Amino acid sequence: MLCDNCHQRDAVVNLTTIENNAVRQLHLCEQCAAERGVETSVATPKHPLGEFLQAVQQQSVPASADAGKCPFCGLTMKDFRATGRMGCARCYVTFEPSMRELLRRVHGNPRHTGRPYRPPKDEVLERASVLGELREKLRRAVEQEQFEVAAELRDRIRVLE
Amino acid sequence: MTLDLSLLPDGGVRWLDAAGAHSDVVLSTRVRLARNVDGYAFTGRARDGERLRVLVQLREALQVLPGLNDSFLVRVDELGPGDRALLFERHLVSKELAGLEPQHPLRTGAAVYLSDGLSVMINEEDHVRLQSLQSGFELRAAFAALDRVDRELGGRVPFSYHAEFGYLTACPTNVGTGMRASVLIHLPGLVLTKEIGRVLAGLQQMGLTYRGLYGEGSEVVGNFFQISNQTTLGRSEEDLLDQLIRVVGHVIEREEEARRVLLRDAGYIIEDKLWRAYGTLRYARSLTFDEAMNYLSGVRFS
Repeated sequence: MLCDNCHQRDAVVNLTTIENNAVRQLHLCEQCAAERGVETSVATPKHPLGEFLQAVQQQSVPASADAGKCPFCGLTMKDFRATGRMGCARCYVTFEPSMRELLRRVHGNPRHTGRPYRPPKDEVLERASVLGELREKLRRAVEQEQFEVAAELRDRIRVLE
Repeated sequence: MTLDLSLLPDGGVRWLDAAGAHSDVVLSTRVRLARNVDGYAFTGRARDGERLRVLVQLREALQVLPGLNDSFLVRVDELGPGDRALLFERHLVSKELAGLEPQHPLRTGAAVYLSDGLSVMINEEDHVRLQSLQSGFELRAAFAALDRVDRELGGRVPFSYHAEFGYLTACPTNVGTGMRASVLIHLPGLVLTKEIGRVLAGLQQMGLTYRGLYGEGSEVVGNFFQISNQTTLGRSEEDLLDQLIRVVGHVIEREEEARRVLLRDAGYIIEDKLWRAYGTLRYARSLTFDEAMNYLSGVRFS
């Protein structure tokens, strides 16, 4: 029997898929089966990263959209293709069209539907940073045995906490 | 810095104590969330100074976090290779954080908060990797514990988040929920009945993936498989967990069935395998890791 996909090589894999509640039978050659992500042997665990880098190479977004550098960390799309890693949060905005296409390929759907996130308010961050500074000062004061200064710092930390 | 794991119950291997649901088949459950602190380059692209600032900012927040009582910070970057290998072997940190491979050298600022069943890796591939490790098949419990800490930490430290893509991570395969949920499952029955190939191919049809005992890039030894969700974006945390729970439930049923069939039809062969494994483990004087895992798999099966 010939492969249902390429109609050239012998079919060696019998693939049963369930799509929209309908069972579909496909007879595929090893190569076409591999392209659909069907492993023909058990011994090799799958490496999603390899597949994903392949997806990076096959991107259909025009190269012009990938020109330039991330203004925050200096990453280029060439760097990304070499490592498979983004440089910072801004990279996702800088290369947004390419990333949307890539995320669609990797995950099937590029839209987040999980937990929404609301970042902490500025005053919370402000307080945390002041507290951090005070604790650092307190540590140094104790180290240098300046106990009066330390006591004062400790009181200020208590008020903020 | 010296490493003192006696501060943790069971020295950090409580996940191996065979408690929890279906623990005859499922050894342990792990859920992790990947987060990055906004305003810094991701770990791999950050300078030493930036990573240290990330560490200080997270330490300030984590020290006072209600969900993390009795936790303690380990500066992984100040440990020797032996201690780092120990943390890795007990599944308390990843290989990358432990800096045990030439392609992932030890980073300045690499650290981990350890507490009973919950840990926070700092300056791994992402700034924050929250992880919960539990014995047995306990996905919902593991996630609930993590979710609480994530909300509290995210309310004190700003995380990198994109309105459309969700939580942003260094590797695009983790974007969205940033959640990877996995179970470490022992499937000697399916391997012996040669059904495992079909089961693993089936997993991939369902959007799940599998790896070896020590996660990404590790070989399958001793019939231990790690099954996890492959995608992290486009579905809610609950959907991803439900899917994994459903499919792993089926795999457990198939494994139990295979074990029943084997004991019924080939009890003598199984018994022989077990006693050989036991004999070797009991009396051998030197075993490789793979050899030991395979014999332990045999003894565990019975």
